[in-house]
Amino acid sequence: MEQHTTTALLYLNGITVSFDGFKALNELSFLIEPGEMRAIIGPNGAGKTTMIDVVTGKTRPDAGDVYFEEGTYDLSKLDETDIAALGIGRKFQKPTVFDMHTVEDNLLLALKNDRRVRATLLWQSSTPQERRIEEIFDTIRLKSLRSRVAGSLSHGQKQWLEIGMLLAQEPKLLLVDEPVAGMTDAETRQTAELLKEINRTKTVIVVEHDMTFVRDLGVRVTCLHEGSVLAEGTIDQVSQNERVVEVYLGR
Amino acid sequence: MTAHPLIRMLDRGAVLFLALLGAFAIAIPVLNLLVPEGSALHVSTYLVALFGKYVCYGILALSIDLIWGYAGILSLGHGAFFALGGYAMGMYLMRQIGTRGVYANPILPDFMVFLNWKELPVYWYGFQYFPYAALMVMLVPGALAFVFGWFAFRSRVTGVYLSIITQAMTFALMLGFFRNNFGFGGNNGLTDFKDILGFNVQAEGTRNALLVVSCLALAIGFLICRAIVTSKFGKVLVAIRDAEARTRFLGYRVEAYKLFVFTLSACMAGVAGALYVPQVGIINPSEFAPGNSIEAVIWVAVGGRGTLTGAVLGAFVVNYAKTFFTSGVLAPYWLFMLGGLFIAVTLLLPRGVIGTYNHWRDGRGEARAAGVPNAPPHAAK
Repeated sequence: MEQHTTTALLYLNGITVSFDGFKALNELSFLIEPGEMRAIIGPNGAGKTTMIDVVTGKTRPDAGDVYFEEGTYDLSKLDETDIAALGIGRKFQKPTVFDMHTVEDNLLLALKNDRRVRATLLWQSSTPQERRIEEIFDTIRLKSLRSRVAGSLSHGQKQWLEIGMLLAQEPKLLLVDEPVAGMTDAETRQTAELLKEINRTKTVIVVEHDMTFVRDLGVRVTCLHEGSVLAEGTIDQVSQNERVVEVYLGR
Repeated sequence: MTAHPLIRMLDRGAVLFLALLGAFAIAIPVLNLLVPEGSALHVSTYLVALFGKYVCYGILALSIDLIWGYAGILSLGHGAFFALGGYAMGMYLMRQIGTRGVYANPILPDFMVFLNWKELPVYWYGFQYFPYAALMVMLVPGALAFVFGWFAFRSRVTGVYLSIITQAMTFALMLGFFRNNFGFGGNNGLTDFKDILGFNVQAEGTRNALLVVSCLALAIGFLICRAIVTSKFGKVLVAIRDAEARTRFLGYRVEAYKLFVFTLSACMAGVAGALYVPQVGIINPSEFAPGNSIEAVIWVAVGGRGTLTGAVLGAFVVNYAKTFFTSGVLAPYWLFMLGGLFIAVTLLLPRGVIGTYNHWRDGRGEARAAGVPNAPPHAAK
């Protein structure tokens, strides 16, 4: 494959996605450096979730480049499974856990491991894996609920379990779509702490509506509008930007 | 935290099921062969063959439950794999007739002589050997399922669309097998079997042996299914059933999982068909009828999908009811009753008989655990 000279972990250039003529993404370009945490904000329909869909292989861009790991991998040519195997993990907007499985089994399924048919048929639990699951339980604070069926968890607990599943995957890049939607203020603050902790070792992209939460994170912010970047900078710079104020309040 | 695989596999329900099946496999032949005919406990040879048939239906139900109950693949064409396995066995049985046929042709089955065929078609070669036929019993349905699944799962055909194309598949096969030039006896199918492995298929001893072998096949099939659904592979299957997209984003190759389990299920259905044919004495294209496949799905729904034992129970109960009602004055109304049963189960017992019982039992267990302070958490399944 052709090498692209970029130091970025994730490189998006001129991404366009249209659905029946409606341009969900319109020449979207931005970079994420390794180890960075980035917040993506924008009004409804700005293209935030479509951007995640493009990066994780759910949606193919009509035009533009998506490269991962300094331009080594062209994500627009891979499917969801391949992209997950490269180390890109995704948390959905609506918490999506496996309702019928126990909390522990949810983590087990997410745990970084050989994903092929034969490997899962012959799989045996091992001490390092069990230890890893314990570590994740410590981080997401759900240990007391480990043998509960995931479907019976509260909304906030499901959000945390899903973040735990992302950790278990040990991805290089995490895409987190509205992690605090429907959470209480206390839970929101805890989630901000959790994400900051995760960011110590991993690159994180957070898509969020909640401005207080984004301020808590204290990271670089990209504001999307109508499928392209409107403004980028610290939260104060972005929130003082006239155009940003206009699209947020003007409709 | 995780028990030894063998303990996980053989939980209380599984052991109970195998014990009942073993007792059944011993009791029926004993009551048929050793208890004198006048006795109230005597089981007639007719019943032995009938029960043998139910056991084969049980294997078919098990194969459907494996893909429907655990992976969410609703096949409405599983009767096709059953019938293909049956035809493979039928071809062996035809070749065993030899010169005892009406036309006494040592090579050609009667229907080929009747159609004025001069030589055996190539695809009939080798079927005089039992091991070859036994291999084909699994290989032919398995290969069809593999090719079918390869295209369907790669193109991400799911849900009702997949169900519809499985119906189309079995319907197409039925039309094909009805044709004389297909080389499988047209609408008469294959029948007039004489012996299997040198034993007369009509003999009492053979019928009992076939029942026992069918029970054995059911037990082996059950153990294979249990091993699969209690492994991590089984957890991935349930994950696919409940949230397919999520499973993909976790990095699992969903189509590979579905293809494996679908092909295995088709092989099991083939074995069921192969054991069925010598016990009923005939295989014809009506076995491919779409209605048969739907009926098999109803057995699983009645017994409880995603339980394995429920599927077998459903196959027994519904077929017993069918035998009972279709042999009396109620015969014309059987299909109404079957339809009514399906609606009643869907509305009132959506988990099926065994599924409802399991749910009730788990609910009680959880209530108990919640009632006692510091109760130890359930052992992970």
